[in-house]
Amino acid sequence: MMRTATRTSEVATTDAGRRRRRRGRFLLLRLLQGVLTLLVVSILIFVATQLLPGDVARVILGDAATPERLAALRVQLGLDLPVHQQYLNWLGGVLRGDPGQSLVTGRPVLDMVGVRLVNSLTLAGVAMLVMLPLALLAGVSAARRRGKLLDRLFLGTSMIANATPEFVIGSVLVVLLGTTVWPILPPVALLPTGQSPLMHLPSIALPVLTLVIAGGAYLARLVRVSFIDVMSSEYIQMAKLKGLSERRIVYRHALPNALGAVIPAASLVAAITIGGIVVVEYLFAYPGIGSLLLESIRSRDLPVIQAVVLIIAASYFILNFLADTLAGGRDRRA
Amino acid sequence: MTGSEVEVSGLEVAVEATGALIVDDVSLRLASGHVMGVVGESGSGKSTLALAMLGYAKQGARISAGHVVVDGVDLLSLSERELRAVRGRKVAYVPQDPATALNPALSIRTQLTEGLGRRREVSLPALRELLRAVGLPDDDGFLKRRPRELSGGQQQRIAIAMAIAADPRLVVFDEPTTGLDVSTQARVLELVRRLCRERSMAAVYVSHDLAVVADVADTVIVMYAGQVVEAGPTRDVITRPNHPYTRALLAAVPSVGERHRLIPIRGRAPAVGDATPGCSYAPRCGFAIDACRTADPPLAATSGGRLVRCIRHEELAAKPSVTDRVPDLRAAAAGDGDFLRVSGLSAYYAGRQVLSDVSFGLARGECLAVVGESGSGKTTMSRCLIGLHGEQEGDYRFDGAAMPARAERRSASTRRQLQYVFQNPYGSLNPRRSIEQNLTAPTRDLLGMDAEASRRRAREVLDRVEIPAALLARYPGELSGGQLQRVAIARALACEPKLLLCDEVTSALDVSVQASVVELLRSLLDDGLSMIFVTHNLAVVRSIADRVIVLNGGRIVESGGTEEVLSAPTHPYTQALMTDTLDVPKSTSI
Repeated sequence: MMRTATRTSEVATTDAGRRRRRRGRFLLLRLLQGVLTLLVVSILIFVATQLLPGDVARVILGDAATPERLAALRVQLGLDLPVHQQYLNWLGGVLRGDPGQSLVTGRPVLDMVGVRLVNSLTLAGVAMLVMLPLALLAGVSAARRRGKLLDRLFLGTSMIANATPEFVIGSVLVVLLGTTVWPILPPVALLPTGQSPLMHLPSIALPVLTLVIAGGAYLARLVRVSFIDVMSSEYIQMAKLKGLSERRIVYRHALPNALGAVIPAASLVAAITIGGIVVVEYLFAYPGIGSLLLESIRSRDLPVIQAVVLIIAASYFILNFLADTLAGGRDRRA
Repeated sequence: MTGSEVEVSGLEVAVEATGALIVDDVSLRLASGHVMGVVGESGSGKSTLALAMLGYAKQGARISAGHVVVDGVDLLSLSERELRAVRGRKVAYVPQDPATALNPALSIRTQLTEGLGRRREVSLPALRELLRAVGLPDDDGFLKRRPRELSGGQQQRIAIAMAIAADPRLVVFDEPTTGLDVSTQARVLELVRRLCRERSMAAVYVSHDLAVVADVADTVIVMYAGQVVEAGPTRDVITRPNHPYTRALLAAVPSVGERHRLIPIRGRAPAVGDATPGCSYAPRCGFAIDACRTADPPLAATSGGRLVRCIRHEELAAKPSVTDRVPDLRAAAAGDGDFLRVSGLSAYYAGRQVLSDVSFGLARGECLAVVGESGSGKTTMSRCLIGLHGEQEGDYRFDGAAMPARAERRSASTRRQLQYVFQNPYGSLNPRRSIEQNLTAPTRDLLGMDAEASRRRAREVLDRVEIPAALLARYPGELSGGQLQRVAIARALACEPKLLLCDEVTSALDVSVQASVVELLRSLLDDGLSMIFVTHNLAVVRSIADRVIVLNGGRIVESGGTEEVLSAPTHPYTQALMTDTLDVPKSTSI
C-alpha cells in the first residue's frame, strides 16, 4: 500500500507539471484571442459610425455653417482622409497610449472617460457587492425549502425579474420608490461634478437596486439549482450518516461545493451588469460611461465612442475569461 | 461473543408516496466481533436495509416500522437530534463509492475528525494511529490531501478510518469493494476482518458478490424482494443452500477454478410494489407448487440452525443441489491465430504511453480473453482494435488482409465484420430511438438493406438473443440492464459480424443476468463467431475463453490457453491476480 501511495504521488506531480504547461498555453491563446476580438470590435465601430447619418462638423458648427468652414473643419479633424487612413491613425494613437481628442469638445478622450469610468465601475461594483450575498442567501434559502411555499414564491418572482428588461425594472422602481407610490429615494442619480458616488449613496440606490434585481434573480436561481444538486450528492448523505449537525453540513460540506459552480456564473453576471449599465445610467441620468456613450453617439464623437465601446468590450472579455478559467479550474478538480 | 449486540426486528422501509415496502419485515441478530453478510441482487433492498440500520432512509423512502437496537439503544425511537449523536459513535457507515462519498472540497484530516463531536481537535497521535490502523501513510502531507489526490483503494481506507474513528459498536459496509481491483479488494477485506476482531465491532457487510461474502462474513442473510429468504452461517448457506433462490444464485456464479455452464435465473426480479400473492420468488422458482402461489411462506427455522423462507425447504435440503456443475464441453477452436493478427501495437493518451508493443493472434471461431486490472490498458486496446483510438502505432491483419488503424479508413465491410459491445448498455443504445430503430440503423447503413429487410433482420437477431419481438417498439429506458445488454449484442449481430469485441459486457450486470449473457455469448461462439472478451473478472474468463492474454501496465505479461494460464500461472502478476481472486466455495450436494 505504501508503494502504491508513492507511485500515485509521483504520477500526480508529473501530471501537475503537464497540466500547468497546458494551462500556460491555454492562457496565452485566450489572451491573443482577446486582443484580436478587441481589434475586430474597433473596426466594426469604425465602419458603423461611417454609416451613421449626419456629420460631426455640422454638429459642431451648427446648421448655419458655410460649406467652406465645414470643409476646413473636416480637414482639421482629419475627416477628409480615406476611412482606412483614419482608422490606422486612430489605431496608431491607441497603441502609443493616446486615443486622441474628442471631436466635439477638443478635450483628450482619456480625461473625459476617466472620471466617468470610475463612476461606472463604482456603480457596478456596489451592485455586485450587494447582489452576491443576496443571491446566495435567496438561492440557499429557497433550495433548503425546496417545493415549499417560499421556494415556489422565489421561483415565480425570480422568473418575472429575469424576464423583465432593465429599463422596465428601473422605471417601475422609480414609480414605486422614487416618485409616486412611496417617494423615499431620489429618482435621478445626479452627482455633483468631481465627487465620488460613494459620498452620495442614496442617489445611486435606485440604479444599484435595478442592477441587483436584474442580475441577482438569475444568479440566485443558479445558486438554488447548484445547492440542490450538491445536497443530493452522496457526500452529503455521508455527512448525515456521520451524525454531523445540519449547520455544518450546509456551511462546511454543501456551500463550498455549490459555490464552485456559481462563481463562474457570477463573473458572467458581472459582465452582463456592465452591459446593463448603459441603459441604467441613461435611465437615471447617472454620469458614467454608459451615458457618455449615448451622448457621444448623438454627436457622432467617434474617438469617444471608440474608447467607451472598447472599454465595455474589454471588460466583457476579461470577465468571460475569468468565468472560463474558474469553470476550467473546477473541472480539473472534479 | 458477549458484549454489545445488534438486534434488528420487524424492520420495514416503505416508499413514501405509495407505501410499497422496499424492506419487508427484516429481523436479525449480530454479536460483536462478528461480520454478517447481506447478499442480494439489485433491487433486493439490501442497500436500503443497510441505511435503515443507521436510522436513515433516502429521499422518498421512510422507515415505517421496526427496531434497530445497538448497544441497548433503539435507534428508531430516537429524535433526529439524538440520532445525530449516535451516528458515527455507535453506528457508522462505509459507502460503496468513496470517490463520490468523500467531500471533494475538504481535506482528509477534516473529514476524519469532524465526526468526533465537540472535541474537534482530536489529538494528532490518535489520528496517526487511526491511519496506521487502516494501512495508510500518517504524515502531515497526507492529512492535508483532498480525496481526489488518493487512489480508489486509499479512498476506501479513508472511508473505513472515518467509520471506525469513534469506535462504533456496529459498522455497516455497503458494497465497499465493488469498484476496486481484486488485489485492492483482497487487502480491504483483510482490513475489515482484522478491525472487527481487534475492536470487537459488529459489522454488516452488504454485497452482491457471493465470493466476497463467503470470504468475509461469519453469517449471511440472503435477500429477495425486500425479504430475508435464507439466513445462517455463511459456509453452510453457500455450500448447502436450502432456499431455491440461493441455489439459483449460486448456480449462476462462474468459478475461477473450473469451467462449467452457468445457469441463469429465468424471469425478472419483482420491482418494489409488484406484490403478488404467495411467495415473491415463486414466479421464477423451479420448485414452485400451487401452494407457493397462494400463501406467503413464513421464515422458518430449520434443524440445521438456519432460517429459510420456503415451504418446501425440508424436501429441498434433501435434494441434490441443482448447482452440480455441468462442465462445458465446447471444444476450443483450433487454428494458428491468423484470423486477426495484431503486431507491435502501442497506444498513447496525450503523449503518455498506455500500451507497449502488444502482439497477438486470434484463430477463427476462438474466444480470446484480455485480462487486467484498471489502468492495465485493456480498454484502450479494445478501442484501438475497433479503430476508435487515434494515438496508436502497429499493424493489423484481419481475415488475410491488412487493416488500417482508424475506423474511418476501414472499408464498410471490415467495419461490418468487426462489431463492438460496450460495458454500459444504458449508454450505448440511443435512448430516443425505439429498440427497432436502434437495431435497423446499422443494417441499413452497413448492409444497405431497405426498410423491410432491415426490420426482418431486427426480428431475427432479437429472436437470437431471446428477447420477445414485442419489445421492438419499446425504448431503451423501459428495459432492464440484462435485456439492454442483449439488445446491444443483437445490434452487433445484425451486421453479420465475424469478430465480436466485448468490453466488460457483464460488469454492470447482476450475477443471474451475467449468467444469461455469458451463456448467450457461448452459444454465439458455437455458431462460429470469433470473440475478444475484455474483462477483469477471471471467473467469467474461465467460463468462456479459449485463450487468455494478461495485460499489466500496458504490456502482455502472460498469454496462453485458459486452462494453463489460470491453473498454473507463470508470471508473478498473474499469480498474484489468481491469489487475490475470490471464489465461491464449491457446493456440496447431500
